[in-house]
Amino acid sequence: MSHLLREHAPISDTAWKLIDEEARQRLEPALAARRLVDFTGPHGWQHSATNLGRVQPLVETPGEGVEAAQRRVLALPELRVAFTVAREELRDADRGARDADLRDLDAVAHRLALAENRAVLHGWAEAGMVGIAEASVHDPIALGEDCTRYPRHVAKAVELLLCAGIGGPYGIALGPDAHTRVLETSEHGGYPLLDHLRAIAGGPLVWAPGVDGALVVSMRGGDFLFEAGQDISIGYDRHDTDAVYLYLEESFSFQVATAEAAVVLSA
Amino acid sequence: MMAAMGFDQYHEPANELPSETRTFARLCASLTEEAEAIGWYEQRLAIEPDSTARAIMRDAQGEEFKHFCMDLEFLLRRTPLWREIAIGILFQKGDIVGHGEQAEEEAVAGAAARGEPLTGGVSLGIGSLRGAAG
Repeated sequence: MSHLLREHAPISDTAWKLIDEEARQRLEPALAARRLVDFTGPHGWQHSATNLGRVQPLVETPGEGVEAAQRRVLALPELRVAFTVAREELRDADRGARDADLRDLDAVAHRLALAENRAVLHGWAEAGMVGIAEASVHDPIALGEDCTRYPRHVAKAVELLLCAGIGGPYGIALGPDAHTRVLETSEHGGYPLLDHLRAIAGGPLVWAPGVDGALVVSMRGGDFLFEAGQDISIGYDRHDTDAVYLYLEESFSFQVATAEAAVVLSA
Repeated sequence: MMAAMGFDQYHEPANELPSETRTFARLCASLTEEAEAIGWYEQRLAIEPDSTARAIMRDAQGEEFKHFCMDLEFLLRRTPLWREIAIGILFQKGDIVGHGEQAEEEAVAGAAARGEPLTGGVSLGIGSLRGAAG
């Protein structure tokens, strides 16, 4: 049995499948960062740190005449969000109901995806993670609300990356406001702006809840490194007569290996 | 009324299998078919004297390479232990058998230490979404 204690939950195999599938369906569209960065793992719940390959000198040593240094690692933070499922809904699912009320799960799944996106794309100082946007060495390009100018902004970002020797394809992470504007817009001749932006970047355009403005990032590989300890899982906490108390949980680290490989389009 | 047709890709009665397992079995069957097709094209290419025909078959074999890799990636995403073993073997230089033995030992020991089942996994199996639709 794993630490998630799923076997202790008063939940049938059928209902577990329903819950797991609902979580996947809610999470996958919103996990924008995973569509753009390199992913390794999962290495499991016991994986505690990412090797940074660096050391820091130690002033005090246990012996005279010896030098000392200590390895630096990036300790994996854990993200966890709790949710409840009504037992009556679980019983209905076992009877074959296809419309079980899993709204609480839906809400926390989105919240977890948003948190992961923000950690990767904007950073998480307390966890020691520098996000792609804050690591970028390029001057931000103002995105603005006039999305007919977005192709120009994205082309400028691609040019900045090329000038820095960063190859493509490039992906675009668009915050929800900018993404909505892009979806609503057609250019001269009815050509969707969405397709135009994809053509300029040569890679995906991703709806990225939690992102301010937008980012253009290289997807050639090796620049942005997401390391999963335990990938997103559902665990069991407790239950009473009315509800089962569950949670979504993951552990991960993120590193920017090439600060030149992204351009911020500021909101 | 005609009963639903069965397929030999299922070793167990299909109506007793969860939908995820049926999907898994379909992709396993697809992977097998792609590997067979790659082997067949390899044989045809070895004996075909017409250069145009060979070019066409080489192009077709390339399609099968792509299909095989997509099938494999799907299955690895759904099976963390398999994925972990694959990482220790694929694209590594040196002794393939040695890498295989080591990868299996480390992955199984790691999964056991984490209390995970040796098939399937405890996570939702989302993993990387690069190249995913949507």
